[in-house]
Amino acid sequence: MASTTDKHNEAPSGAHKEAPVSARLGIWTFLATELLLFGGLFTAYAQFRGMYPELFHLQHLKLSRPLGALNTVVLLTSSLTMAVAIGAVRRARQKTMNLCLMLTLALAGVFLVIKYIEWSHDFAEGIFPKTNIFWGLYFVMTGLHGLHVVGGMAVLAALIVLARKDRINAEHSAPVEVFGLYWHFVDLIWIYLFPLLYLIG
Amino acid sequence: MAAYKTYIFVWVSLLVLTVVTVLVSYVNLGLWNAGAALTIASVKAGLVAYYFMHLRHETKLVVAFAIFPLLVLALILFGTLIDVYTR
Repeated sequence: MASTTDKHNEAPSGAHKEAPVSARLGIWTFLATELLLFGGLFTAYAQFRGMYPELFHLQHLKLSRPLGALNTVVLLTSSLTMAVAIGAVRRARQKTMNLCLMLTLALAGVFLVIKYIEWSHDFAEGIFPKTNIFWGLYFVMTGLHGLHVVGGMAVLAALIVLARKDRINAEHSAPVEVFGLYWHFVDLIWIYLFPLLYLIG
Repeated sequence: MAAYKTYIFVWVSLLVLTVVTVLVSYVNLGLWNAGAALTIASVKAGLVAYYFMHLRHETKLVVAFAIFPLLVLALILFGTLIDVYTR
């Protein structure tokens, strides 16, 4: 699988020389706090779903499964471009990395546009967070997730600028590596939000 | 290019699993719908964490930092939900 052409990438020993272990531990610790932030909402979701199963079932049918699935594909693809960007910077392929970072940014934008379409459709139908507990959870969970996408886009834009100035390269790739972990985490949250909200309600 | 192949293979698997989970959601399996959807989601999450987040090449300490919060979350979920789901 990991047929490594260069020495320090994905070596089975696990030591990436680019991102120091302290940086990786730092971002994983941050992700732990993020997991518990979303975890509280997942807990609330499970609690209320247990209390009002019929309500959740009826309300979730109003969500568009095709749009939710499309957004899942968009976000999964942005995770791929992010992973390839990191693979590229480790191989000192600046152009590939820049291209992949911009693709990731663009896909994040597409995700938000689709989310915007969904929310405007809900509002036009007279569905708001206060409509009932299902929609309250839906808007808070997808809203908080959306904010994480917006935050990710801001960091991505900064990374693209830094890469242009050659401040990110094979010798100094920690910012991209660390951001990549955050970005995949945002993808992970959506991987659970999609079935919970759109598919099983 | 060879190492990108793994990423593309993982991505294709994720897309296939997404299609499967959407198709399954249109079949009425009763309680098993939730079980199937969450199982598929967990497989997808595992793929992302293991390959995209490089956990397969991580040191034990970093892997522990990744897994420990999941145990905390499991504890929170269990402690909270044991009430409503055993009524």
